[in-house]
Amino acid sequence: MSDKDAMELTRRRLLQGAAAAVLTLAPGVTLLVGVETSARPAGTAVTAKNRWGLLVDLTKTADLGETVVAACRAENGWTGHNRPASDPQWIRTVTLKDPKTGGTKSLPLMCQHCAHPPCVDVCPTGASFKRADGIVLVDRHICIGCRYCMMACPFGVRFFVHEEVTGQKPHMPRGKGTVEGCTLCVHRIDEGKKPACVEAAAAKAPGAMIFGDLNDPNSEIAKAVGRQVVLRLRGELGLDQGVLYKGFA
Amino acid sequence: MISIPRILFVFFLLAASGVPAAAESGRTPVPAPAKAAKGEQCVEPVADMRRNHMQYLEHERDETMHKGIRGRKHSLKTCVECHAVPTPAAGGAKTIEPFCGECHQYAAVSLDCFQCHTGSPGGGTAAIPAGGPKR
Amino acid sequence: MAQRVIFSEVKGWGPGTLALAGFLAALTLIGGLGALIMETEGHWLTGMTNRIVWGTPHVFAVFLIVAASGALNVASVSSVFGRTTYKPLARLSGVLALSLLAGGLAVLVLDLGRADRLIVAMTTYNFKSIFAWNIFLYTGFFAVVIVYLWMMMEKKMNRFSKPAGTFAFVWRLILTTGTGSIFGFLVARQAYDSAVMAPMFVAMSLAFGQAIFLLVLMAADRGAGLGLGDGTVRRLKNLLGIFLAATLYFVAVQHLTNLYIAGRQGVALFILANGGIYTTLFWAGHVVLGCLAPMALVFHPATGSTRTGVAVASALAVLGGIAQIYVIIIGGQAYPLVLVQGMEVSGTVLDGQVAAYAPSAYEVALGIGGVALALLMVTLAVKVLPVLPTTLADEAVDPHCKPKAAPPATEKAAA
Repeated sequence: MSDKDAMELTRRRLLQGAAAAVLTLAPGVTLLVGVETSARPAGTAVTAKNRWGLLVDLTKTADLGETVVAACRAENGWTGHNRPASDPQWIRTVTLKDPKTGGTKSLPLMCQHCAHPPCVDVCPTGASFKRADGIVLVDRHICIGCRYCMMACPFGVRFFVHEEVTGQKPHMPRGKGTVEGCTLCVHRIDEGKKPACVEAAAAKAPGAMIFGDLNDPNSEIAKAVGRQVVLRLRGELGLDQGVLYKGFA
Repeated sequence: MISIPRILFVFFLLAASGVPAAAESGRTPVPAPAKAAKGEQCVEPVADMRRNHMQYLEHERDETMHKGIRGRKHSLKTCVECHAVPTPAAGGAKTIEPFCGECHQYAAVSLDCFQCHTGSPGGGTAAIPAGGPKR
Repeated sequence: MAQRVIFSEVKGWGPGTLALAGFLAALTLIGGLGALIMETEGHWLTGMTNRIVWGTPHVFAVFLIVAASGALNVASVSSVFGRTTYKPLARLSGVLALSLLAGGLAVLVLDLGRADRLIVAMTTYNFKSIFAWNIFLYTGFFAVVIVYLWMMMEKKMNRFSKPAGTFAFVWRLILTTGTGSIFGFLVARQAYDSAVMAPMFVAMSLAFGQAIFLLVLMAADRGAGLGLGDGTVRRLKNLLGIFLAATLYFVAVQHLTNLYIAGRQGVALFILANGGIYTTLFWAGHVVLGCLAPMALVFHPATGSTRTGVAVASALAVLGGIAQIYVIIIGGQAYPLVLVQGMEVSGTVLDGQVAAYAPSAYEVALGIGGVALALLMVTLAVKVLPVLPTTLADEAVDPHCKPKAAPPATEKAAA
């Protein structure tokens, strides 16, 4: 063949090779940049490699209002029946007031996803369990509705479903007679997304709630925690929660 | 020769042999689950599904709950997506009641799933009443 | 001097027995109906909420379960500690223990959110949970006491009644420690979270069990004509007084300790001073009516020597016991969780305030139904099985009883 043909062939092969290389590398590059939580490959089990955490900055939560509550409600389908004492409140806003100074802080309160959860310890059937990546869940298939985990929870963030439920979200089954609470939007995390409250908070009050992998030193949350002293609610109980609070001052 | 157990045994044989014939002749009611709204065939052969759907579902649910593996072929959500059909009792909205409810009512096996899981694809308010399909 | 004790079924279905059984059965059915309504409609009907998670059914259930363990005490004393005077009472003690436990468990189980999953509760255990241990201990208690009763009731097996009784004795100490630890292990609530809950529950079990045993024994004596001797009653009521004193001791220790700890003064004062209904129930219900008054009645020579005095003391101890369990379970939950020590927490009704609770009819019906079920079981058991001795006269049961002195012959001769 002529020299021109040989060069054509080589150029084509070069371009093919380059295209192949770009296609191979591109997904990897996308994964490294921008997406906070990379989804596990489909069909693989969770491991303890990740430890999901939530960092709440109390200096920024004053503007959050009920946004996070509304977002959680919309995502997970829990509604009230105008019975505040027995309605679920997977996430709620609590006001802390220092009686000596009069200062207040607005604190979003949800399941703290403890590393040593009292609710998991006390569940007689093991329905309340901690997943390998630190998310504390209720396996409603084996929950008998004894409510002992609710007695044991130091934060009052477990709720009993007191009446029949209809119109559940397909990704969040819930029913009468079982106990439930914040799942850290585990169904979203498994797809590589963030919890609904975090996304809503990011729009309303940037930096108020940061979600990520506490075990990953390059994650946004690890960097935000940095070398600061962050507090856990009722820290003296030694539960090592995944939900951290800073900015009490 | 003639004893009560023996008589009962013969009676049983006669009765059992008569069932297929009776079914074909229409004298015995048989369940008629609604045809799926989507798809050509189920993820498993029909006979296999009839016998083993609970094993598949229970295994799948443990994998999903404890290991976080979602979207596999035996997930209940996937069943609902294909098998939900327009239900008159729910105002024409799609629910799986005409499908699951038929055989479960026939066999008198209580259906616990839909106390918590929605029976409509995509959720919505027109779900199976909690407590299962109407008896 | 003691004779061989003969046990027999209480024969005859007189109008009194039928009326009693019918009344108890009716109460049991009403309780069952209450449970059915709660189960099908959902717990929103009840007074229980996400703040007061365990309510009146649990008060009755825990009371009955605690009393069940203590009711076995008389049998234990006879088998384990060799006090033969109590031997005629041992079978009744075992049967009462089983019945009270059955009643208590029935209430507990019927209140579950998913009572249809009971089989899951009995087969799937998380052994880190003290509640799981308790389920195991309760169901085991049935087996242990049934075997113990069998050893006592079958002549050939009598020689095993001491080992069986000892096993049952240890089992119920562990069981009651477990029941107390259900609360004692909870770090979340300041009213619990204490190692003293376990021994307090053991003391309470002895007191409540003894009180109920005395009441049932006196009723059985009245109904079956056992000729219950004063010596037996005297011993039992003295024990009741001692057990009530022990209960008061542990309660005092718990509250004094909480008062001493700065961070716990809030909850201590809530129970002792400013908790409204809980304070009233604590002082008037538990301390005065439930412990001090029965102790006074029992130890004072004028009242302690009469059957009425002892019966009233036992009844007060029972009512005071229910009041105490109410204060522990519901008062303990009513006090708000301390999220950040020293800060005022407010928001929804879930935070920062004392929770309101009013028992609903369904819960009370279920609780009382459990009591009725227990008593119905005892009533039927004594009629169907040889549980009660034919006589409980002191001469028959007490080896140390002196025979009644014959009237002096000289007076007769002189007359």
